[in-house]
Amino acid sequence: MSGLGNGRRVIGMRCRECGTEYPVQATHVCEMCFGPLDVVYDYDAIRKRISHRSIAAGPPSMWRYRDLLPLEDEVPVVTLGEGFTPLIHAERLGAELGLRNLYLKNDSMNPTNSFKDRVVSVAVSWARAHGFETIGCASTGNLANAVAAYSARAGLEAFVFIPSDLEPGKVVSTSVFEPNLIAVRGNYDQVNRLCSQLVETYPWAFCNINVRPFYAEGSKTLDFETAEQLGWRLPDEIVIPIASGCQFVKHRRAVGEMVDLGLVEAGSRLPALTGAQALGCAPVYNAWKEGTETVLPVKPNTIAKSIAIGSPSDGSYVIRIARETGGVVEAVTEEEIIDSIRLLARTEGIFTETAGGVTIGVLAKLARAGRWKGDEVVVAYVTGHGLKTADAVAAAPSPGRRFEIEPTLKSFKESVNI
Amino acid sequence: MATVRIPGPLRTLSQGEAAVQVEAGDLRGAIEQLESRFPGFRERVLDPSGNLRQFVNVYLNDEDVRFGGGLDVKLEPKDEVSIIPAVAGGRPLH
Repeated sequence: MSGLGNGRRVIGMRCRECGTEYPVQATHVCEMCFGPLDVVYDYDAIRKRISHRSIAAGPPSMWRYRDLLPLEDEVPVVTLGEGFTPLIHAERLGAELGLRNLYLKNDSMNPTNSFKDRVVSVAVSWARAHGFETIGCASTGNLANAVAAYSARAGLEAFVFIPSDLEPGKVVSTSVFEPNLIAVRGNYDQVNRLCSQLVETYPWAFCNINVRPFYAEGSKTLDFETAEQLGWRLPDEIVIPIASGCQFVKHRRAVGEMVDLGLVEAGSRLPALTGAQALGCAPVYNAWKEGTETVLPVKPNTIAKSIAIGSPSDGSYVIRIARETGGVVEAVTEEEIIDSIRLLARTEGIFTETAGGVTIGVLAKLARAGRWKGDEVVVAYVTGHGLKTADAVAAAPSPGRRFEIEPTLKSFKESVNI
Repeated sequence: MATVRIPGPLRTLSQGEAAVQVEAGDLRGAIEQLESRFPGFRERVLDPSGNLRQFVNVYLNDEDVRFGGGLDVKLEPKDEVSIIPAVAGGRPLH
């Protein structure tokens, strides 16, 4: 296991906007300008320790990248084996889209079937180590699943706040862990706002609020894994779903860290980071299209509820990063979301949720518009499992063949045209 | 009088008060009143050109003021104004 011996890998926190520095604490907002706080690492110390070999000697989970996560060696982590999900060479989908080197990072293979297990494993580990007894979150569903599961695993109390109209599948797979489930009559932005008031009243660790700087760091492991699984190479482009934009920002940090620490070849070009939204909730796409970094809020109206954040906290950073890396922000219709879920299932045998439909939809839209020549290494992050939003697909007519027959050979032969 | 809810990061200015009463016709007036009571308040909430800071969200009752009149939104006596850091709750107008 890699580690820093007596050294500390985290040396503080810093405001992303004004640079004010803070000691490590459960807070997410700069007192001076309200900007977001980021974890500051001692990269000089980490550089001396981290290598392909030290990583390979770690566990077959995202914790093999612990040197770049905000938990010191002595902290016991709360883990269900998250991360190190399959990176699949998508030859059949690639053939449809004219991409010979298309890869899918299938994060629906995580313990609670979404990307959120990465961030929550970090957040709950951090919170427990810092004396918190209750974990909270505002969630569009996937985070609720993960928080409920990891809190159960850690033996901590959980308060999970969700919009009351959430998909039934996500509610069942959260309530089974017996958290305090609070269904709020409002959309995600309203739920989040309530939680950001509660966090000032109750001594709880809200994953996406006061422990957000630590929580968000878990997102980076997606990129570390992708690079390692490609033989320590960075892809040319990554297509990423955009909700708050928080993970997008961390993907940029992760690829930069790999270059700076020599984990990928010196001088490697950063991947183009491309964002995907549903047109029914596309505040970042709207701003991108207008050519501005000013992201105006919208009222979400899409089946892709897990990414339906109308007022995305990191929206302008997404635009800046997409521009910097040569990526774009694109959006798809509700129909395209469903079509893309089916396309992925039909070609690659992967059933993704509506947010994955958004990602694949944007990938397909860009490919068909001629964005790539065909040999680029393009990776799409498939962040959640289709059973979470099965209702959305069930509600749309299926193009698949279905026959209802009598239990006889005759009936089969008469009905089914082989 | 309308009530303004003060977020944690600004309570050092409001001497720990979490909710403050203001007598103002609109949001801009409320912020000016808070500035006169708690010097330094304005610059924490507004940027140098007088707009809401990038990372501050303000809600009038349940509605984000960006969906309404922004700083010019009218206040009624029973209104509640909430100032909330945007990192958790989304992104405001420049």
